[in-house]
Order: sequence, then structure tokens, then C-alpha cells
Amino acid sequence: MQERLKELQAEALEKVAQAADLKELNDIRVAYLGKKGPITEVLKGMGKLSAEERPKMGALANEVRDMISGGIEEKQIELEEAAVQVKLAAEKIDVTLPGRPAKAGNHHPLTRIIEEIEDLFLGMGYSVAEGPEVEKDYYNFEALNLPKGHPARDMQDSFYITEEILLRTHTSPVQARTMEERQGKGPVKIICPGKVYRRDNDDATHSHQFTQIEGLVIDENIRLSDLKGTLDVFAKKMFGADREIRLRPSFFPFTEPSVEMDISCKMCGGKGCSTCKGTGWIEILGAGMVHPNVLEMAGYDSKKYTGFAFGMGPERIAMLKYGVDDIRHFYTNDIRFVKQFSVTE
Amino acid sequence: MLVSYNWLQEYVDLTGVSAQELAEKITKSGIEVEGVETLNDGMRGVVVGHVLECEKHPNAEKLNKTLVDLGDGNHVQIICGAPNVGKGQKVAVATVGAVLPGNFKIKKAKLRGEESNGMICSLQELGFEAKLVAKEYSEGIFVFPEDTEIGQDALNALGRADQILELGLTPNRADCMSMLGVAYEVAAILGKDVKLPQPKAETTSESASDYIKVSVDAKEDNPLYVAKVIKNVKIGPSPLWMQARLMAAGIRPHNNVVDITNYILLEYGQPLHAFDYDRLGSKEILVRRAKQGEEIVTLDETKRTLTAEHLVITNGSEPVALAGVMGGANSEVSADTTTVLLESAYFTGPVIRKSSKDHGLRSEASSRYEKGVDPERVRPAAERAAELMAKYAGGEVLESSVEADSLTVGPAVVSVTLDKINSVIGAELDMKQVEEIFAKLQFETSVDNDTITVTVPTRRGDISIEEDLIEEVARLYGYDNVPKTLPIGASTPGQLSPYQQKRRVVRRYLEGAGLYQAITYSLTSREKATQYALEKREPVQLAMPMSEDRSLLRLSIVPQLLEALKYNLARQNDSLALYETGAVFLKAEEGDLPEEREHLAGAVTGLWESHPWQGEKKPVDFFVVKGLLEGLFAKLGLESRISFKGAEIAGMHPGRTAQVSLDGAVIGFVGQVHPKVEKDLDLKETYVFELSLKALLEAETAPLQYTSIPRFPSITRDIALVVDKEKTAGELQEIIVEAGSKLLKEVHVFDLYEGERMEAGKKSIAFSLKYFDPEKTLTDEDISKAHEKVLQAVKEQAGAVLRG
Repeated sequence: MQERLKELQAEALEKVAQAADLKELNDIRVAYLGKKGPITEVLKGMGKLSAEERPKMGALANEVRDMISGGIEEKQIELEEAAVQVKLAAEKIDVTLPGRPAKAGNHHPLTRIIEEIEDLFLGMGYSVAEGPEVEKDYYNFEALNLPKGHPARDMQDSFYITEEILLRTHTSPVQARTMEERQGKGPVKIICPGKVYRRDNDDATHSHQFTQIEGLVIDENIRLSDLKGTLDVFAKKMFGADREIRLRPSFFPFTEPSVEMDISCKMCGGKGCSTCKGTGWIEILGAGMVHPNVLEMAGYDSKKYTGFAFGMGPERIAMLKYGVDDIRHFYTNDIRFVKQFSVTE
Repeated sequence: MLVSYNWLQEYVDLTGVSAQELAEKITKSGIEVEGVETLNDGMRGVVVGHVLECEKHPNAEKLNKTLVDLGDGNHVQIICGAPNVGKGQKVAVATVGAVLPGNFKIKKAKLRGEESNGMICSLQELGFEAKLVAKEYSEGIFVFPEDTEIGQDALNALGRADQILELGLTPNRADCMSMLGVAYEVAAILGKDVKLPQPKAETTSESASDYIKVSVDAKEDNPLYVAKVIKNVKIGPSPLWMQARLMAAGIRPHNNVVDITNYILLEYGQPLHAFDYDRLGSKEILVRRAKQGEEIVTLDETKRTLTAEHLVITNGSEPVALAGVMGGANSEVSADTTTVLLESAYFTGPVIRKSSKDHGLRSEASSRYEKGVDPERVRPAAERAAELMAKYAGGEVLESSVEADSLTVGPAVVSVTLDKINSVIGAELDMKQVEEIFAKLQFETSVDNDTITVTVPTRRGDISIEEDLIEEVARLYGYDNVPKTLPIGASTPGQLSPYQQKRRVVRRYLEGAGLYQAITYSLTSREKATQYALEKREPVQLAMPMSEDRSLLRLSIVPQLLEALKYNLARQNDSLALYETGAVFLKAEEGDLPEEREHLAGAVTGLWESHPWQGEKKPVDFFVVKGLLEGLFAKLGLESRISFKGAEIAGMHPGRTAQVSLDGAVIGFVGQVHPKVEKDLDLKETYVFELSLKALLEAETAPLQYTSIPRFPSITRDIALVVDKEKTAGELQEIIVEAGSKLLKEVHVFDLYEGERMEAGKKSIAFSLKYFDPEKTLTDEDISKAHEKVLQAVKEQAGAVLRG
């Protein structure tokens, strides 16, 4: 009996070792360890044994069972592992195939520039002011020290709707409106982005519709040096910390003194090249100290308050910053153009 | 203003300052120099030669064979095609080896068998603009005056060894529309003196007042009129140097008298006009406003009809000049003129501006008057012109001038404190520095303690208030010397308004969902202005549009986006998703500004999902775009207040368009563009939407509040309802929500079947209903009660039958 059990153990373990898959292994389990299996069969003969031998034989039988089931378990792990390997091998993919594109559009480049400027000035305590694109002659011109018949009105031929109403030619009327709303009180710190319109034939450098962003600060003791410092912060943020600025005298009816701001040319580092027309400098924006007439017209005491204002064209900035060569690109909305401005710098 | 570097040296010592350096200095302290041009750049080898012989070319009808003395002992044969070449002329000869503009090299050549050793040049060939060449030389070679020395550099003789500074003048710096004005500016920058011309002409015993009487009716328009008479002039060419300077400044030479008036215009900035005295038709000048309908033929042979807004010079009855703009043809100086009546006048800006604008005539004179001339130069300019007419036209200047003078303009006297100067600039100048700056400008000053009082010469009409003085100080002190500071003062919160913040959220959301932002034009054609308008109104129209296509303000954005799609499709960009936020313009009462309403619009066409190697290509459909909007409304916390309803909108697919309402008020639409419109625009299936962004962003929403996460399980019941085909999912959903108790928390469609297994005219819509109670676990009984109500309601209100 003892021998028979040993034989069964050896026979079963041999079969386990040769089992090729989990099904075969399971058949072995049922065949040897099942209720109708040979071990059970052998143990039926236990009755013939002595009382002393019986427990020994029982223990041996259990040992044989454990050996076989242990062997099966081991083999099962082995086979499962192998099965996983087979499955993994079968599931192999070419990871160099392109992925599914995630949906993502992006800003128009002008919005990108405008929001970048807005965010810079929001951080310096400015708020964003907006106003109508169709304006009264009063806010567009007169409140800005451009009375009817003023020669500087020639500088910006306009789209009139009636004699008193026109498409705004700059975002400055928003400044005039904001000042009027504040009723002569400071401080005013605003940035005004928006669309503007001028009578120009559309070509590579002109557009009858374009955008502007202007800034205005009014308070007691605002100085020209504050304007210079503010523009320096702006220029370094937009164009790089290594850029220098220069102010040049200019003329705008709504500021006195008036200046234009240039930045040092990135291409040549200020030595002079074709980009900067040999001057080493590139014109970026116009600015100045708010004209006392403008302050007074909006209800500010020009003896007490001073202010500065500046204005620029996001198109021009985008053209310089990204090397765009034709202003019309901003308005034809060619997807190949707009898509290029999705990258974060 | 084109400024000759050589000419400028007559008034200011420029020793040691090159034209390029000068340009930089001028730019930095006041006026932008837009360019510096060297007139003889890239040219060499052109000399003044003497045509010794000139005969017809033996083999060519139109050519001449000449023998030219080059002044260096060489006599060379040159073949010349110019019709005006002739024996005895002094001409510009490009010798063999010479280089002309465009790197054109002159070589020895044979023309129809005859040797040619060089070229006799026209001014155009020497780099002059054709429109500046005097009429007599415009079709041929240039002929130097007889006394021109031969052998010398012809370009030098023509004043081309010079550099021209192109000043970009802002309207306030009209003072620099003259050489003298520029001289004052340059002198201030360099700290030098200005040498003024000292006109001196001998006069005859006769007095101008014997010849002419001057009166001014329109004193406001013409506070000062000075007339001089020069007789016995001989009309001929002006001296070469004068012609050269005129051409370098962009003015075409005519004859000595006219050239002198133009020369003075450039030198003093004072426009002059020369009348042929004998053709005036009277001995009188009367300046007045024109009569309505009065006519004048101006120098350009154009008949102009006048109104009372125009100022004219008359001979007492007939207009003889359109004041300050252009002379009349009837009194023009011609070759026969012997007596010149010279006008030097101060006309005020607005009246000249009006004439110039109404007649479309901008002359060198009018552009100066419009911006303001210096009243103190009216007399010196007349004196100087008379001097030159005596000198270069052989004229005799009559004693004194005849004037009509009601001038009240004088120098402005402006005071400013040192403290004000420093507090505006943010610098720390002392009074001595400030005084020095005004001394450089040649402004008289007096100082009283902290206050400086400046007498501003009339040539600087742009300075009238203390800020103007501060600007003069700042620019000559140098902006480079101004420190960089930031404003000090009460701090202000820098933040976007809630509206602006939400608008950024909308943009981010749409971009995240795959749309690209477009910016299109607000001005459009009549057809597009009103197409797809949410509110039908007459669009706002420009008074004077530049073109039909850009003549009205848009009432909707969709047509502009369709245009952008069309543009892209024509360039093989075929899967497109664009959105735009921007104003549309609603006409208001006469005299009021139109209402500007911000809209949000989108247009999507082509493939929405595409992953080619996995074989996936899913074109956009209605539900893609609707889904985008639903996501947006959820983002804005408005989803439960929005409803979609089938709608028919012109230009949209009648069966695939929905009206979008917020709290029951229509705020926009979404749907497919009508196939007919798609075809007209060469578009494929295209879906668009347009919404009032203003309505969406201004809708008040409850503040964000946390709701507790349910602790009890929810139970879902699915129902498939068979209904008539016309019944919409929206209607059914509304009924279900209405009938569902507060336990019903979510309802959504999960299946739609319209296949052949359905009875004709019927369809099946399946809803999933989710119930839960935040207070307890629901029992079957609770739900059955609630669910039964729903089934009852759909049966009664929509005739829905549960699908077996």
C-alpha cells in the first residue's frame, strides 16, 4: 500500500511536470486528487490495516496528496506565467505609430499678444477698460485735444457714419470716457485693448481694421521718468531682458511732451542692420505725458494731477516678435497661420 | 522736408558733424530723420564737356555724331541720340569707364559703324527723378549754362555731391518746413549760432504804391499782405545752383522768377506768389472770400468753382489766385513778363485747409499755410525774393512795399517753475541748465526766483503753455538722461472684470474643445451685414465707404466666418473649426451711437475626429456642435436654463437648426448651413452657431456651493418609449422631468431606434432615469411610485407606449 502511494506520487508528479497547459493540469488534479481518484481508491483498503498502521498510512496518504497538489500549484503558477507571456507577446504594438490627436485649438496671435500685455499690466495694478468701436467725434477727437479742423486729424483719415459719429481711429476714446467716469479723481490705471479703424487700403503693411492697446495712468506726481520706467518693464517682458529702450521726441495732440519708444534691434544688437534700417533701433510705440487740456476736459485739475499714456499696435508687435511679414494674415484666418501660435514660449 | 546738408551749412557751422551724425542727433532730440541719401551715390566719371561739332550720323536717321572737348585735352567722338544736342553746348558726358545709377558702366562702343567714346547724359540718366526735370530738358540731354567751366565733375556742378536728410515732420513742427527753421533746430542741438541772410536790394526812385493798391476784406483769414513790384525783369533760367537746390528738395525748376519764389519758400518757409503785373488787369489787389459760384482757372489749367468758404486774391473784381493754394492762369508769369507783382502774405490755416481740401489741391504753399507760417518772416521773405530777382532776373525793385496789416499775432510769453519742470520730467535740473537750453533755442528768458519766463519767437507757434516749455527742456536735456522710475502712490487692484474673466473662460473652453480663434472684419457688404442676424435691423452704414464690400457694420459674425472657411478650403485646408468673439452693431435712434453687442460665433466643417491608420474618420455633425455648446453652458453654470428648439432660419438647413434660449429668451442658434448656401460658397457640410455672448456672460448665476456627495446608492430604471416620429426627445424629456418626483435626479437619452421593425410613423426613444434620495436607501416601492407617475405622464401627454 505504501509502495502504491509512492508510485502514485511519482506517477502524478511526472504527469504534472509534463502538463502543457492549465487544462491538462486541471485534468491531472481531478484524476489524482479527486474523490474517485487512485489515492482515494488506495485508502479504501485502509480497513485492512492494523490500528497502528492506519494513522501512519493516513499521514502518508496526506503527505502524498500534499506533494501532488503542491506540485500542481507550482506548475500552475509556471503555466499561468507562461500564458501571460504569450498574451503579452501577442499584444505587442508598434509604439512608433502616431497617437490619436487630442482636440486643441488656440488663440489668435493678436489675442495672444493682447492678453500677454494685459496680464503684465494687471500684475502692476492696472485694470482693463473697454469702450465702443463706434464713437462720438467728441471722444475720439475733441476730448483728446483734437478740435474740428485740427491739422493732426489728417494723420488718421476716418470712417464717418454721420458728422458726429465715426468708427474709432484709436482706443484713446476709452481713456477719455474712463477719465470722465472717474469725475476728476485719481488714481486711474487702465489698459485699453480693442479694434480700431482707419481709411487705408489693405496691403502688406496697412489694414483698414486693426487693434491697439493703450495704457493710461493719472495720479498726483506722475512723472515722465515713471513712463520711461514702465515702458522699460514692458519692453523687457515682451522682447527680452537684454533689450534697451530709447525715447525720442514726437508729437501727439493728446500728450505733451510726446515721445516715441524704440527698442534696440535684436538682429544686430544695436549695430545697425536691414531690420532696423541701419539705425540699431526699432520703433515700438508712442507715448507721452497727458496734455493738460485733455485732463481739464475730463474734469481733472491739471495743477494737481499729471499722467502718462502710451499706445501700441499688437499687429506691429506680433510682426516684430514672430517675424510675420504681412498684416493681412491677421484677418484672413488661414488655419495654417493661426495654428502656429499654439506653442507656449 | 528734404534738407540739403550742403545748403544747411550756409546757416549753421556743421564742421566735424557728418550728415549721418547730424541725422542721429536730430532724431534723438526732436525730429525723426527717416533717411539720409547721398545724391551721387554709386556714380562717377561724369564731366562737363563742350560739343565742338555736331552732325547727323551717316547711317542713322535719329543719331548725331559729335566731337566733344572733355576739358582735359581730349576731344572724343560720341554718338548721341538726344533730339536737342547741338554744337556749342556744355553738356554732361559720362566718359568711358564712368558708372551711372543702377551700376550702368559706360564702355567704348560702335553705333551703326561709328565709334562712340562715352555718353552725353540727360538728368534722368544721372539719377534725377523725371518729374523734377525742367520741361525743356525732359525729352533730351541737359544743357549747362554757357559760362560753365568744362572738365569739371558734372555731378558736382549739378549740386549732387550732397546728402539729403529726409525729415519726418509731425504737424506741430511746421517751423522745420524751412531751411531757416531747420537751422535753428540744428543750432540748438549743436549749441551753435544761426547765420541769417541779410537781404539788401537797391531800389528805384519809383515807389510800389505808384503801381498797386492793396486792401483786405477778409482780415481774419489774411492779417498781413505785403506786395512788392519788380520791373524790367528778364525771364530766363535761374542759376544752376538754385535749380540744383530746388530739385534736391523735390521742386521742378521753371524760370528765374518762379524758381526764386520757390527758393524763398524753402529757405524761409514763407510761400510767395509772383503775378505778371501787366496781366492783372487793374492796379489793385483785393483779398476777400469768394462769391458763391465764382470761378477761377488755376495754373494747372483747371476751372474751379468757388464758395464763400474759399479765400481769393482779386484784381478788385476778378479772382487772380486761390489764396495760399495756387495762382490763376490769367496772371501767370510767362516768358514775356517784364513787371512782377510779388505777394508775400500771412494766411491763416483753416481757410487754406478748406480750399485745399475742397479742390483736392495740396501745394507746397498750402501745406505750409495749413500748419501755420511765421508772421515775422512775411516781410524779410519778400525783401529776400526782391533781392534775388534783381540779382538773377535783372529786375529793378521799386521803393518799399504796399501792405495791408491787421496783424495781432506776437511772441508768446510763457512761465514755468523749475519745480514743475523737474516734477513732470522726474529729473533734477538746476535753473542754469534750463536757461542754457532756452539760450540754445534762441528764446529770450528772464528768471525770477524759481520761475523762468520765456518769450517764444513767432517761428515756434507750437509753444504756448508750460508743458510745451517742459518738452523743449526734456528733449534738449535728452531723454536718455531721464531716469527710469515706476509710479509711486496708492496701490490699485489689477484685475479683470467678471465679464472679462468669463470671456477668457469661454475662449479657453472653446480652444480646449478644438476650435481656433478667428478675427474677421466688422465692415462688410450689405448682403453679409444682415445675413444670419439674430435681430433683424437696418445695418449701420458708413457715410463714405472705400468699397461696397466694406460699407456696413455687421449684424452677425457667421457670414464672416463662412468667408474664412471659404478662404481656407480654397487652400486645401479642409477640416476647420473656427470661433470668434466680437461686436455686432445695432442701429439706434438718429444721433445715438449704435448698440454694440458682443457675440460668440463658430463654424465647423470637415472631419471632427480623424485617426487615419486606425480607419477612423468622423465628419462633424449637428450633435458635435451642439455638444460643444452644451459643454460651454455647463461651464458657465447655465445648462439647466438653456433650451434648444427646432427652428427655421434663413440660410440654415430647415431640419437641422435649433434656436437656443436662455431662461426662455432666444439668444442664438446652432445648425447646419443651408445646402444651397454651402454650394454658393463652395463649402462642404458646415455647422455654425451664433450666440449673444453678452447675454451668456451677463446672466446672473448663483455662487458656487458644494453639495454633499450622496451616501446612499442610486437606482437606475431604463424605459424605451414608442412615440410618433414628430415627437422630440426634448419634449419627452421635459415631460419626464416635470412628472418625476424630487427623487428623479438625472434623465438622459441612451438609445434611438427608427428602423424597420418599428410600426410606420413611429420611433423608439430610450431614456435612462436615475433616482436617489440623499436621506436614505430607496426601496423598490419608493421608486415604483415615482416611476409610475413618469410612465403615466408620457402616456397621457405624448401618447408614448412602453416598448415591449
